[in-house]
This record gives sequence, C-alpha cells and structure tokens, in this order.
Amino acid sequence: MTVMQHIWIVLGVLFVLLNIAAGLIWVERRMLAMWQDRLGPNRAGPLGILIVLADTLKLFFKEDWIPPFADKWVFITAPAIVVASVLLSFAVVPFTPQIIVADLNIGLLFFLAMSSLGVYSIVLGGWASNNKYSLLGALRGASQMIAYEVFMGLSLMGVVMLTGSFKLTDIVEAQRDMWFVVKQPVALVVFFIAGIAETHRLPFDIPEAESELVAGYHSEYSGMKFGMFFIGEYLGITLISAMTATIFFGGWLGPFLPPWMWFFLKTFAFILFFILLRASLPRPRYDQLMEYGWKFLLPLVLLNLLVTGAVALWIRG
Amino acid sequence: MTVVSPIFQDLEKRFGVETFQLQITVDEILTLWLAKDRLKPVIQYLKNSIEQPYRMLYDLCGIDERDRAKKEILPTKDFTIVYHLFSFDRNNFIRLKVALEGSMPSMPSITSLFKNANWYEREVYDMFGIKFEGHPHLQRILMPLTWKGHPLRKEHPARATEMGPFKLFAELEDREQDALEFKPEEWGMERESEDADFMFLNIGPQHPGTHGVLRIVLQLDGEDIVDAVPEIGFHHRGAEKMGERQSWHTYIPYTDRVDYLGGVMNNLAYLLSVEKLAGIEVPDRVKVIRVMLCELFRINSHLVWFGTFAQDLGQLSPVFYMFTDREKVFDIIEAICGGRMHPNWFRIGGVAQDLPDGWDGLVRDFVNYFPRKLKEYSNMVLRNSIFKARTKGIGIYTLEEAIEWGVTGPGLRACGLEWDFRKKRPYSGYEMFDFDIPTAQNGDCFDRSIVRVEEMRQSLRIVEQCLNNMPAGSYKANHPLTTPPLKKHTMQDIETLITHFLNVSWGPVIPPGEAMSCIEATKGANSYYLTSDGNTSAYRVRIRTPSFPHMQMVPYISKGYTVSDLLSILGSVDYVLADIDR
Repeated sequence: MTVMQHIWIVLGVLFVLLNIAAGLIWVERRMLAMWQDRLGPNRAGPLGILIVLADTLKLFFKEDWIPPFADKWVFITAPAIVVASVLLSFAVVPFTPQIIVADLNIGLLFFLAMSSLGVYSIVLGGWASNNKYSLLGALRGASQMIAYEVFMGLSLMGVVMLTGSFKLTDIVEAQRDMWFVVKQPVALVVFFIAGIAETHRLPFDIPEAESELVAGYHSEYSGMKFGMFFIGEYLGITLISAMTATIFFGGWLGPFLPPWMWFFLKTFAFILFFILLRASLPRPRYDQLMEYGWKFLLPLVLLNLLVTGAVALWIRG
Repeated sequence: MTVVSPIFQDLEKRFGVETFQLQITVDEILTLWLAKDRLKPVIQYLKNSIEQPYRMLYDLCGIDERDRAKKEILPTKDFTIVYHLFSFDRNNFIRLKVALEGSMPSMPSITSLFKNANWYEREVYDMFGIKFEGHPHLQRILMPLTWKGHPLRKEHPARATEMGPFKLFAELEDREQDALEFKPEEWGMERESEDADFMFLNIGPQHPGTHGVLRIVLQLDGEDIVDAVPEIGFHHRGAEKMGERQSWHTYIPYTDRVDYLGGVMNNLAYLLSVEKLAGIEVPDRVKVIRVMLCELFRINSHLVWFGTFAQDLGQLSPVFYMFTDREKVFDIIEAICGGRMHPNWFRIGGVAQDLPDGWDGLVRDFVNYFPRKLKEYSNMVLRNSIFKARTKGIGIYTLEEAIEWGVTGPGLRACGLEWDFRKKRPYSGYEMFDFDIPTAQNGDCFDRSIVRVEEMRQSLRIVEQCLNNMPAGSYKANHPLTTPPLKKHTMQDIETLITHFLNVSWGPVIPPGEAMSCIEATKGANSYYLTSDGNTSAYRVRIRTPSFPHMQMVPYISKGYTVSDLLSILGSVDYVLADIDR
C-alpha cells in the first residue's frame, strides 16, 4: 500500500467512527424510547435524525466554562485523553482484511493498553474538577476500571492460546471454521461484562451514577469538553462491540455479503445490546460490583484459562 | 364521653384526681389538661409502666390561644402544647395538653422519652418560640435560620403583603448564604477521626436523588455514612397558617397540595375532622365515592414511588411504564373530578358533583387492565437480582424502632405489624370493604417495596368493590353546614335565602370544639387536628403528616451504609417534600 492509501484509510476510519459515535446519540435515544413505550426525538428531520446535528451544534456553542476552583490544565486535558485513547485503539481493529490502520502483531495487547489509559481521563477529570461528587465518581471509576481491566485481559488470553497470536487479523482468520464464541463462551461473557464496566455504561455506570453522584466525574464539565466525554463513551461502546465481533464472532467473516457489511452488522448488534442493557438493568452498588469482579469473575476467568490451556495441550498431543 | 375510660381512672389513681382536668371533645379522644411539671412522669407512665402502653408519640403541636374567642373555658390564656400518644394494643389515642403562660414560655423536653419528639419540639419552637428545656439541639427546622419571628403566633402576619416589600441587597444575600453553611461542630460532629478526615457532602437541595428540595448533609468516611443531617423546610408554604385565614370551605384546595401525590386523600383527612366538628353524617354514596377516589390515588402514588424507586437504583425503563399507567388512572380521575393531581373535589358533607355518566365503564376497564400490568412490573423490578441486592438488608429498622420514631403506613407494616387505620379504626365506610393488610417481616427496603406493591392490588380490590356496589342516593349530606350550601328551599322563604347567602359568601360557621381525624394516607397516617372557636375559619389547623417522622428517622437508619444505599433508603421511605414541610 502506498502512503497515500494509508492516509486515506486513517482519515476514512476516523470520519466513519466519529459519525457513528454521533449517530449513536440518535440510535440510543430512539431505541431507548422504543423499549420504554415512548416516542423519543422525532421532530428534527426524518425520524428525528437531525437531533444529532442539533445536539452537536448545541455542544459546540454552549458556554465552555472552567470552574475557577478547578486545576485548569488537567481539567482541559482529561476529556481529550478518553477520546484519544479510544480512537488509538481503533487503529488495530480489522474492519476488513484491507481496511486496517495498523495490523500490529501485538494488536490485542495494544488494545488493552489503550483502554487502560482511558481511566486516566476519569481520574484526572474528577480530581481536577475539585468537586466532591466528581472526586467520588473518579475514585469509583478508577477502582472499577482497574479491576475490570484485569478480567478483560485474562478473558482474552484463552483466545490468544488457541490462535497462538496477538495479531487481530490472525485471530479473525483462526475463526474460519468455527467462531470463538463456541470455543470460549465463558470468555465472551466475561469480556463483555468487563467491556461494559470499561465504558462505564449502565448497569455499571457507577462513576457517574446519576441519582447518587449527579453526574459523577464530569459534573463540572460543560460545552465541548463534556461533549468529548460524551463522544468518548459512544466510541467506547463501538470499540467494545467491534472487538467482541472481531474476537468472538469472526470479525469480517461471513457468506454472501461483503466483509465490511458483516463487520458492521455484527458490531451494530452488540451496540444495540449495550443499549438494551441500559434499558433493562438497575445499577449494582459499587462494592457489589467489585465483589462480583474479584470473587466471581476472576476465579471464573482463571478457570477458563486453565481448562483452555489443558485442552489445547491435549489436542496438540 | 359519658363512660369514664379505664385509662383515665388508672391515671387518676396513680397521679391523683387534682392532676388532670378532663376536656370533652367531639372526636371522643380522651383529652386531659395537666401542669407542665407533671407531663414527663405522666408520659413516662403511659409509655413504660402501664399494661398496653401508649408507645407512639403520634403528634406534638402548639396552639397560640391568645386571640381565641370564648377562651374562658380553657385553663390557659396564652399557649397550649398538645401531645397525641397512640397505643397499638388499645387501638386508642390519648391527648395531653399543657397550658403555658407568658409570651415566650418554656417547656420541659420529652426527647429523652420519645426519639421523634426531637423534630416536633423543634417545629413548635420554630413556629411559636416556645423553648424546650433539655432539648439536644433546639434550632429552627422549617423556617430559615435567619427568619425573624415565629409564624404560627397570632401576631405574625399571614400574608407577604403585610410584611413590606422584600429586598435582597448584597449584604443580606451574604448573610443568608452564610446561614446555610453547615457547621459540623454545631451538631456535635467531628471533622476527623483517628485515621481519617471526614468528608461533608451536601446531598441537595438540588439533587436528582432527593425527589424535591431536600438537603441532607452527610458525614462520610470514604463512601460510608458516619452521620447525616437532613435539612428540611425548603418546601414550607405555611399550610397550617393559611388554614387560620381561609374559610373552612376555601381551605380544601390547600390540603390537596400537602401530600401532592395523594390528591383527594388529603381532602378526606381534613373533611373528616370538619365533619366531626360540624356533626355531619355523610350518605353512603358519598363514603363509597370518596373511598374509590382515595384508592385510585393510592394506586397512583404507589406507581410514582415504584417507578422512581427503580430509577433511583438505575433501572431506567419502569418509570415510563408506570407513568403511562398512572395516566390511565388520571384519565378516570379527570373524567370524574375535572382535575388531575389536585382535583379539590371533596366538599364539606359530600363531594362536588355526582359521578358522571359512564364512570363505571372507565373504572371497569382499568380494573380489568391493571392486574396483569402490575404483575409484569413486579416481575420486572422486584424479582431482579440486582434490585434485590440493592434493597435486601438495607435500611433495616425493627418494629420497636419504628414505633419509637413514629413510623406509620407501609414502613410499619414492613416490620411485621399488621396495622392499617382503614381496618383498625375504619373511617368513611372502610369497614364495609373486604381487603387484606399486606405485611412483611424484615423491615428493610425490599420489604417496604413488596408491601407497597401488594397494597396496590388491595386498593384495586377496593375499587372493584366500589364499582360493583356503588350505593344510590345523594352525593351530599342534608345538613345546613355543607358546602356549597343546599339550595332547595332558598327561593321559598327569606330566612333560608339569607342563610344560603351567608354560607356562600362567608362560608359556614363551624361550631366551637376540636377534632382530629386519622386516615391511612398513601405514605402513612395523616391527621388534621382542627380547633374551631366558632368562626368562619379554623382557629388552628394542625396537619400531622406521615413523611415528617419518616424523614426524621433517615439518619438513624442510614448510618453505616454507603451513599448508594442512602438512595435506596430514601426511595423506600417514600416521602413527599410538601408532606414533610407543609
């Protein structure tokens, strides 16, 4: 591939992703409304799709207020980190065999490393806001994300064992005969739960638990800085959905339709599942979440690893 | 009361005949005047020593007697403090009154005897300026700390127009701001322990989890609640003071807004008192119509609670389903009353209008539709394991604690006491209906929830019985004091015309006396304790609301839990701010 082609792929991916993240505003609100027996945004444009435009414009033109008591530079940096780290993760996601920004041979590790960085934005944002609610949210967020980081990484190791590679294209290719969801169902469940916790979406939206902490770590944010957290969250959902599709559901693989279409459909299904979860589940308490993680998920994922390893060795003879 | 009650004999035997002065009241509650130094021993005796004790301080209020007409019958010229005690074993109230002399009198505190006396005494202090000696923290509770004067004293103006224009100049604003600052030392709180600095977190007055303007200051160690101080009064609108200025009839709309989710149920509590005073017996049709609407409002109120409670715990969808069904109830209420949340539809001696044609169809549709939905909702919320994890074992209180703190309603029944004023002290014809009192045993957030959900089913049963057995007859009692007054004979003779004219323009004159009602409202026991001195408006309106003692208990039951649990507790207590602050 030429340099120009690379640049076009990068720009194309960036463009599509940001649009998807913005479009999710509409998708989520319409889907939630459907599940909650109400209409949702239906005024601006056909089916209310222009709400995306209206929301974006609103965010751009809102007063971008930095509280005088905040730690100014950290306060500004924090929202940038979340978007940057998620977007960087997308660099290793194989959308199709051709469309991939960087097919690193440590792709999976890179993804895990980048999603770990996301926790900085929460901690720094909450800390720099100098607000008690933000601080509580940041502390909750830090411990939640660090804990679930562990299970997320461990849950993927089974897949790595079976593939023998960290490279995401290899992982997809290894699923030609059978998706990893069949071989690694436990890993899928743990990965997805950890993914929800990573993106701090309901039921794991504990860092921003609205009824408890007002808006948690981003209570003090407004304007486009808030918008960055907002977009970051949607990008996060897209990322986890894309990774789930890639690692467990054969990525772009599938008959008849073009690869990108398969990838898109699979990813979108998981995005909808994210939204459905938000519509249906209450939020556990912070310590219950931690307990669930360390006392249930960790042993489970370790067991999964053990069994996978044993079986893999046995098959190899 | 012609028969001398056994408890009165018992008291006279114990404390001597001269201690008590009996007052006869139309509500047939034993009313005894006693000197202020005898109050504590008497209450101590009633609470701890006698068989079948009076274990609940039901209400405590003051009365400014200085403007009262015909006060020569009273042992006081200045102030009265009224204590209502309740005995569950006897199913009986007792009313103790203490006469106080002087313009700023004082009174021994009974906080050492009843925990819930704390807020009640603060309220009396706030409203009348009466000091309670031995109170742990006698501070204003409903009015701002900077308020001048004590609103329920007769010399305090009732309208803002009597007080001169209000100006908020910068200095005053700073002063008001400073007064809002929470000083932990005032409440005997430490700022740090041996190994931790405490965080003081303001929940409210503007906070999504408090369901109204309520401020709770939390003393936190990490996320664990060490102590909490609720600050109420942001929703105080002087409902009791307004009762002294509105006519008996025009006060009805104000009652609607006390427990604003209870709608006409508030009217009922007020009117039962007025009707007792006036000696009005309402026809059966009125009773059944009132019961039906009250139960519809109970369903409504519980639906709001159910949805918002689930939402407090992060479940976003139920609230939409429940509000949709609440609209269906509102459609019925609107068809019957014309109004929705505050229909202001009950009248002295009856209701405003007869039921409209076709009401039965609407109600029947709902009765057929709702049980299936309710089942779906309780599956959706109550059987969810995360919901259970958030509510089971959280915010527990025992039956003794509940009674000590004055808890009534679903919160009491969740501790295992099968107590419902509709069954135990039937009013408005509840004795004619067949329904159960749901109870639960553990007294935690989850049990309070299942009690309420079951109550909706029972309310529906009552509504169905109303539907099938609606008596024929008039929607209004045949009595001269009903409002609007009867017009039957007005065109025949001048005397009736004059009476009619006066009763419309001034409103009815309710005979002197005092009476208290007690109904099982949506949140617990609601009472209007009315004093009439034979005028066109009440001399004193005391509203005993259930949310007030419930909120007072919140710090006690939330200690040791986390901030998230506080939201479960607040949700499960099911309060309405207007019901607390009045």
